Amino acid sequence: MNAPAYNFAYLDEQTKRMIRRAILKAIAIPGYQVPFASREMPMPYGWGTGGVQVTAAILGPADVLKVIDQGSDDTTNAISIRKFFAKTAGVATTTATEDATVIQTRHRIPEATLHADQVLVYQVPIPEPLRFLEPRETETRRMHALAEYGLMHVKLYEDIARFGHIATAYAYPVKVNARYVMDPSPTPKFDNPKMDNCPALQLFGAGREKRIYAIPPYTKVVSLDFEDHPFEPYRFNAPCALCGAENSYLDEIVTDDKGGRMFVCSDTDYCESRQAAGHHGSLSAAPYKEKAQGGTNG
Amino acid sequence: MVDQAALENDQPLLVATSLSKSFGRIAACRDVSFSLYPGEVLAIVGESGSGKSTLLQLLSGQLAASGGHVSYRMRDGVARDLASLGEAERRFLYRTDWGFVHQDPAQGLRMAVSAGANVGERLMAVGWNHYGRIRETASDWLTRVEIDTARIDDAPRTYSGGMRQRLQIARNLVTEPRLVFMDEPTGGLDVSVQARLLDLLRSLVAELNLAVIIVTHDLAVARLLSHRVMVMKGGRVIEAGLTDQVLDDPREPYTQLLVSSILPP
Amino acid sequence: MTAMIDVTDANKTFTMHLQGGIELPVVSGVTFQVNASECVVLSGPSGAGKSSILKMVFGNYRCDSGRIGIRHRGAVIDLASAEPRQILNVRRSTIGYVSQFLRAVPRVATIDVVAEPLIVNGMPRTDAQQRAGNLLRRLNIPERLWQLPPATFSGGEQQRVNIARGFISDLPILLLDEPTASLDAANRAVVVELVAEKKRQGVAMVAIVHDDEIRHLIADRIVDVTSFAAAA
Repeated sequence: MNAPAYNFAYLDEQTKRMIRRAILKAIAIPGYQVPFASREMPMPYGWGTGGVQVTAAILGPADVLKVIDQGSDDTTNAISIRKFFAKTAGVATTTATEDATVIQTRHRIPEATLHADQVLVYQVPIPEPLRFLEPRETETRRMHALAEYGLMHVKLYEDIARFGHIATAYAYPVKVNARYVMDPSPTPKFDNPKMDNCPALQLFGAGREKRIYAIPPYTKVVSLDFEDHPFEPYRFNAPCALCGAENSYLDEIVTDDKGGRMFVCSDTDYCESRQAAGHHGSLSAAPYKEKAQGGTNG
Repeated sequence: MVDQAALENDQPLLVATSLSKSFGRIAACRDVSFSLYPGEVLAIVGESGSGKSTLLQLLSGQLAASGGHVSYRMRDGVARDLASLGEAERRFLYRTDWGFVHQDPAQGLRMAVSAGANVGERLMAVGWNHYGRIRETASDWLTRVEIDTARIDDAPRTYSGGMRQRLQIARNLVTEPRLVFMDEPTGGLDVSVQARLLDLLRSLVAELNLAVIIVTHDLAVARLLSHRVMVMKGGRVIEAGLTDQVLDDPREPYTQLLVSSILPP
Repeated sequence: MTAMIDVTDANKTFTMHLQGGIELPVVSGVTFQVNASECVVLSGPSGAGKSSILKMVFGNYRCDSGRIGIRHRGAVIDLASAEPRQILNVRRSTIGYVSQFLRAVPRVATIDVVAEPLIVNGMPRTDAQQRAGNLLRRLNIPERLWQLPPATFSGGEQQRVNIARGFISDLPILLLDEPTASLDAANRAVVVELVAEKKRQGVAMVAIVHDDEIRHLIADRIVDVTSFAAAA
């Protein structure tokens, strides 16, 4: 077993060419969902098969890959995919956003500003933003073709009628390049403004649904809203407990069974680099203190 | 203003010329021609299988005719052949200047979406982008179709049959269409609920100067709502005229049979 | 002066297809004229075709042949050959018809039932309602009933509502089909008064009245329809 067990980046070259053609078409028509012949991957649907295929198709030997899941580099899914490509493509991997050339993500956009030589690959479960209101695929495709997007506002209307504000907090629909309405995958709406005029190329892959779509660099991306209920990115009223960041997306972490909890950056790389640079939050040293207390009590 | 209205009423809104439709060897609709003017209510009556529903689909552009054509005078005053409209134009017409009231409200409504959004959808489709104004207009329309505005956030699946049908009407009329197609709008409703709906339709039609093409097998509905009647049998229009003329003085054997089959009120 | 109604040689036959296609001649050679400010009463025994003639003049029954000339907005229009929408126009602005029975509109208040013909022709609702109220008062319909739909009223009350609705408008031609049939003496007198007022306003009327006394009071001329009765 000395011969490499896999082609570079797992997929065969013909498949990669097919996917690249779909990607090129997607870039040419920003926000438009391009069908592609999604392959079986050695992982179940829902674990990022779409993103993995897109990454496999664009990866070269010189690329540096970063994989995040909910902003974190060290969850099972992120680690598995990173190891998958380290093994099948032999590419360098990193957790530093700044150093990566290809970043595959599930549900987040890194906090650090992306730059022009980077590609952000999203894993997408359901690419069709109109799906929940109009289940017929034939009809939704026609609606996209004719730019009939009244239905999108019906959903936002329902939110306001029910909750008093637009309660859609993730997968918040956007209009790309003033033409196609697109589902930005289940990223929190907090990240929506980062898509607009972004220097990096953004690619979206949905494996089970067999669709690829894209936002080319520096493309206008507008979140849908009403004049009297404008789009508002989610605001947290506390800074990160570990690094003190005030404008990052936070995860809630339950710390005990008495209702104790803390809010920390969901982007682990961002949080760690800030802490390394000397920023501190209210609970920065908490894990250490707990240990010390445990020692005293025991 | 009266003169302007008279002038506009002087040109037909919709003209059907020799409309025909065959399904294989079966001719569902043969050589139907008529003109419809603004504010005019035309009832198409006949029994099941007479071709009246096929005709409605041909007229509303949902079905392509095998022969003949339909022309419609757009809001800019220009008459256009429906077959020559692009899909985008036809769909735009469908959700602005036309309405379609289905017999089954579930076909014409989004059952899982609130009543307010059901009514507001057409407005949002033509670019209304102010929640407050959309809601105000929707609530206004609910009042006009006699639905308690306290129910504005409820989905129509929680509504009774009569309320659903009235909601469907509001959803269609909110963009102030000039022509509404109705397919047995009172079918499947209790008699008392029917009466209320007919009465509501009657006053809305008069108030908005709506042109209506209504398909019904119920001659009482035709009498109450329509100015003119076309009687269909075997895909042909066998008798047409002023509603009270046709119903009080029917000439064709089939029409006489239809009229004599109604129970006296 | 041109007549308001000019009926010439009108014929009507019913063909009863459900009874083996037998032909039922109704009237033939109907010819008469009615001028403005004139009330013509059709007379003749029951079954002679009086009501049919009235319905032909209203465009409700179609003629087999002949002419129903109606003076409509300064021109003469032949209802026997007119398009449905022309007939509707004539009914909206020229001919009114007062039948014996009110075709009850469910749920509409009496005052609005009466005011409707004026509103349809563009009068503001409050003005129309005021005129409707005046007429209802003259016809002795108590004010407490005005806001109720007439469907629940007694036969006599319904007929008076119907008369009010028929007489309220300013149409130049009125057709009256037994307007006093089930009225008491006081209300009959009101109808006679109303007819006289209409005459003074120049309205041309055709009436069918069985009551000899009323007929004398309103008729300027009597047209005997017996001569039009088609020989079977």
